[in-house]
Amino acid sequence: MAEFVSLRDAIDQYVTDGATVALEGFTHLIPFAAGHEIIRQKKRDLTLIRMTPDLIYDQMIGAGCAKQLIFSWGGNPGVGSLHRLRDAVEKGWPHPIEIFEHSHAAMANAFEAGAAGLPLAVLRGYIGSDLPKVNDQIRFIECPFTGERLAAVPSIRPDVSIVHAQKADRRGNVLVEGIIGVQKEAVLAARHAVVTVEEIVDDLDCGPNACVIPGWVISAVAEAPGGAKPSYTHGYYARSNRFYKDWDPIARDREAFSAWLDSHVFGNGASA
Amino acid sequence: MSQSYSASEMMSVTASRALRNGQSCFVGIGLPSEAANLARLTHAPDVVLIYESGTLETRPNVLPLSIGDGELCETALTTVSVPEMFRYWVQGGKIDVGFLGAAQVDRFANLNTTLIGDYTDPKVRLPGGGGAPEMATATGEIFITLKHSTRTFVEAVDFVTTVGFGRDGSARDNVPNIGNGPTRVITDLCVMQPDPATKELTVTSLHPGVSRDDVIQATGWAIRFAPELATTDQPSDHELAVLRDLKARTERHHAEA
Repeated sequence: MAEFVSLRDAIDQYVTDGATVALEGFTHLIPFAAGHEIIRQKKRDLTLIRMTPDLIYDQMIGAGCAKQLIFSWGGNPGVGSLHRLRDAVEKGWPHPIEIFEHSHAAMANAFEAGAAGLPLAVLRGYIGSDLPKVNDQIRFIECPFTGERLAAVPSIRPDVSIVHAQKADRRGNVLVEGIIGVQKEAVLAARHAVVTVEEIVDDLDCGPNACVIPGWVISAVAEAPGGAKPSYTHGYYARSNRFYKDWDPIARDREAFSAWLDSHVFGNGASA
Repeated sequence: MSQSYSASEMMSVTASRALRNGQSCFVGIGLPSEAANLARLTHAPDVVLIYESGTLETRPNVLPLSIGDGELCETALTTVSVPEMFRYWVQGGKIDVGFLGAAQVDRFANLNTTLIGDYTDPKVRLPGGGGAPEMATATGEIFITLKHSTRTFVEAVDFVTTVGFGRDGSARDNVPNIGNGPTRVITDLCVMQPDPATKELTVTSLHPGVSRDDVIQATGWAIRFAPELATTDQPSDHELAVLRDLKARTERHHAEA
């Protein structure tokens, strides 16, 4: 049964130093408020999992939270590079991080396998790609029925998954709408799940096949209005394309980044 | 007499013409998205556009900046989860064409979006594979579109993120359940297609006003030309008008927020 707690308490309780953490949301519903709280609480040595690290992991990596990164597309969508990620990978700033790089198909399968309680995901993937040469988490198996060579990756089983959603009802059941990404899989694959929501309502008011995550598989629900900004929440607010563009020069420069972090994350506790 | 047009407009229009009405197309962000939507708004109104964020049969009014823009979801027939997208729709063989861009392409149409230099000590770290590695093998065929230069068209990519025909042209030979791979590469100078026997990319059509030497100078290997070299049809006034209108409203939209 989900507990209703403050975001601060949720992060304090469920994100411990050294934990394996997935903040999901495929371009949509990115849990920025939760990521900023992780930065403020100075969590360290995290293994960060996310298909698209996006600005939130750029910020968390630049702030020194990450030891490892598992990902499948590490760019600033429509803009270019994630410069804090690149600085960590290319120059080891603020410290070196280890990367495990996949394709989207493999990570999506690995989240699903995690939700299904399996140790591995099997897919017809990585044919002819060099990625298996640089990531020993990508291997190949033979289908016992047809003999076909298939790719295998370990399932994703985070210590804690964190997602943002539109709303929760008063029992902690959560409704996710729009581009739903791998959020449901991320929650079900994790030991603990923290969900931030735009609002808490009496009734989710949705159809029978809506993407509803029951409160009894969620550890904590925290109300965080605007918690996905500068990404977006379908039905609530649009993506700030301007912020994604403005981020580029900030992230290119270590001092500009540090100053931004001080004023926008440490300074006031408000998200961008 | 057609109005004047830029090389990048020539590229987008030519790329759009590669798509046939009624095909299903998995669309990469950027130039492929521009070309695929131009096709939908001109000769291929029933083309089915699919983006990896899970949006099936989407009809965006403006081009998305990111692969998961709200516009894609709001104008889609339906939106599925990302695991369903990659398992049922891509791997399940429901998609005719994958439309891709890349940072580097080589003579066997392998794509690099991972890095320049050595993996453990990269000169330039690029975003990575995303949806491309499996799109390139699970869809019926692949179209690639990008600007032509010696920086983008290299003899051999530093890293094969996404396979075309492998290092020697044979990567798809005797592999079960694999698509035809890259069937055409559309640039701002020409159209290239793999040689039927060797799979080496070969120029099959030059855009109007482009010389063989222009292509040779902009390609990082000794590029071959097909014996029967065509000249690409220039853009029609209608195609140019639709493309310019699409780009203008896209720019206005993204400047707002």
